[in-house]
Amino acid sequence: MNSLIYTTATRIIVPVTLVLAVIVLLRGHNDPGGGFIGGLLAALAVAILEKARGVDAARAWLRVEPLTIAGAGLVAAIAAGLWGALEHGMFLTGVWPFYGPNAAGVNEGVPAGSILLFDLGVFLVVVGGVSGILFTLEEAGVPAEQPDDEEDS
Amino acid sequence: MEPILAGLTGLLVAAGVYLMLSGNLVRYLFGLVMLSNAANLLIFVAGGLTRSAPPLIEAGQKVPAEGVANALPQALILTAIVIGFGLFCFALALAYRAFYAMGTAKMDDMRLAEPLEDTAK
Amino acid sequence: MILVWPIVIPMLTAALLLLLPNRFAAQRAVALVSSVVLLGAGLLLLARVLGEGPIAAQLGGWAAPFGITLVADILSAAMVVITGIIAVAVSIYAYGELEGADEANGHHALTQALLTGVCGAFLTGDIFNLYVWFEVMLIASFGLLVVGGGRAQIDGAVKYVGLNLIATLAFLSGIGLLYGTTGTLNMADLAGKLDGRQEEMAVLISAALLLFAFGAKAGMFPAFFWLPASYHTPSITSAALFSALLTKVGVYALIRTFTLVYDVDVPAVQTVLIWGAVLTMVVGVLGAAAQSSVRRILSWHIISQIGYMILGLAIYTPLALVGAIFYLFHHIVVKANLFLIAGVIKRLTGSEDLYKIGGLWKAKPWLGVLFLIPALSLAGIPPLSGFWAKLLVIQASLEAEGWLLAFFALAVGLLTVFSMSKIWLEAFWKPHPDGDDAVNGHVPWSMYLPIIALAAITIFIGLFAGMFVDAAITSADQILNPDAYINAVLGGS
Repeated sequence: MNSLIYTTATRIIVPVTLVLAVIVLLRGHNDPGGGFIGGLLAALAVAILEKARGVDAARAWLRVEPLTIAGAGLVAAIAAGLWGALEHGMFLTGVWPFYGPNAAGVNEGVPAGSILLFDLGVFLVVVGGVSGILFTLEEAGVPAEQPDDEEDS
Repeated sequence: MEPILAGLTGLLVAAGVYLMLSGNLVRYLFGLVMLSNAANLLIFVAGGLTRSAPPLIEAGQKVPAEGVANALPQALILTAIVIGFGLFCFALALAYRAFYAMGTAKMDDMRLAEPLEDTAK
Repeated sequence: MILVWPIVIPMLTAALLLLLPNRFAAQRAVALVSSVVLLGAGLLLLARVLGEGPIAAQLGGWAAPFGITLVADILSAAMVVITGIIAVAVSIYAYGELEGADEANGHHALTQALLTGVCGAFLTGDIFNLYVWFEVMLIASFGLLVVGGGRAQIDGAVKYVGLNLIATLAFLSGIGLLYGTTGTLNMADLAGKLDGRQEEMAVLISAALLLFAFGAKAGMFPAFFWLPASYHTPSITSAALFSALLTKVGVYALIRTFTLVYDVDVPAVQTVLIWGAVLTMVVGVLGAAAQSSVRRILSWHIISQIGYMILGLAIYTPLALVGAIFYLFHHIVVKANLFLIAGVIKRLTGSEDLYKIGGLWKAKPWLGVLFLIPALSLAGIPPLSGFWAKLLVIQASLEAEGWLLAFFALAVGLLTVFSMSKIWLEAFWKPHPDGDDAVNGHVPWSMYLPIIALAAITIFIGLFAGMFVDAAITSADQILNPDAYINAVLGGS
């Protein structure tokens, strides 16, 4: 895409979308929101960037392979599940440690438990998965005439 | 409300099946999307329709207020939509590749894996 | 926790493999180690279940029937063990068969994802969760089918994807109706809620939808067309994995739902199952007779053999269920082995088309022996495992006075011998059309090793059939009297 307006606008839109994605991810802890929606928003930011500057630039901007991001997210989600198993004896049980000022017996502070880790994992899986699909589709482009049998995607 | 949604489900199935029988790969996929939406609506209707509040727990409360909607069908549909989204993405990309690999989107002409002359032998 | 490991191990491995892009040697090693660990976890689970009866675990600590339950009885634990065996076999085979292009697109990660879905489907006690595991399995198999990207593969994948998605939607609609009728999704809870309501219209319709869905996944008549359209197109490693596990998950789901949730006894259900099974057997074996390529013959035979298993379920006597369960296990080992051998044949002679190959007996006589073991077992020649499997099903149909069913089962067995001898005569016995020197492909040891191991398992099951039949009898008893299963899930309340 060669629109100057669009390319310039992405400079503002992409960071705003990314910040929004993180807000939605964290908000999902107690309110509507969460890793999946946040991940889709972040993937949207990647898509906007990719449309403005092309696949190669978007890949360079991400620094890591999209599927590696997805793999890291999956590891985070499973780790969250195993954390619950360690604390409460069952896979995927929620763990709620509270950090920070904690008046006797009152649950205060930052609730960064296994739920948040799981949501972060979902976030990464969605960002990685969706960008991976997008990049593959863009790079496939319009193949030359009839590819032969050994043709590799 | 149930009869209307049930009718809509039926309409979506009918339209989906009609599209799927047309013999064109792209229309087949659109038909599948209609069918999958029909299935989601079916779960929604089967889960019971009520005119009530969203199933959210107010700040400071431990249980939701009286008379909130059943959250389970919504969770099921959300899961089904997400899975359907993934499958449909793959199916679209596959259809795109298939069109360029075989030069056609007509399903009757896609016979690379099962060539016709095999049966003539 | 022991119930969670068979799902977590392959899932974690899949994630780790995604973190190792383009390092194929490391990927193969990680995949192999993980498969061995999966097999070990399955064996531990089976030992526990054999000792204690069905065990259950509530994911996240949410009590059943509200949370998602994992549950294992002998059938599911044994299925996990055999999944582990097949996983190890194909991981070793992959060392010999796969080349750069196949692995570049994530073959190993997808294989592990497929195993996650398969083990999840075997262990879940929640019908919506079963749907989710089916999807995990399905999307991984989509990926495996197109890895490598040959044109025939794309064509096969279009049929596979298109037809399987319909089955998926039928599954989802069936679950919707079931939830609307009963208000629960936990299978043990459903068993209680549907007591005495089996003949209600909504229940029957949901049964029909689930039967269609699982039947399509199992390759049952008339929804099997995706199978012969696609199974001969991907790499041998993937094809062997598919042939061993995918259809069997469908059969497992049929056995589980139609004994626990629905009653096969309802006349409408039983009639459909019996004639569906017979038509599956007959159509499959006739389809195979018309083919001339090794893997396409084998693909049609999967369908035919699935018919026997469903027949065992449909007759619904204890003996018939024992037959179905025994058949399930025997067939996983034998069919995977035949696909692996098809790969060796292709490597040695350069083709899978029976009219273009030959001379294998002269060049590699012991490969002939390795082929004959699973082939004769598939056809039901004593004392190999397939003989006992067929014997049990046929005896059950005779006891239930289904003379016609027994006749069909015997006739289909005879036609199976015909197909196997066709492969034998064309690929092994007759000389190669291009002369004896044409059998010159190089086959590494890593491709022979799993074949030898699986053949040994086939012989072992055949010689010590008593042991396995006893286990199958206990398992069938658990399935027909699900109180222990239900108590394990619902905590006896």
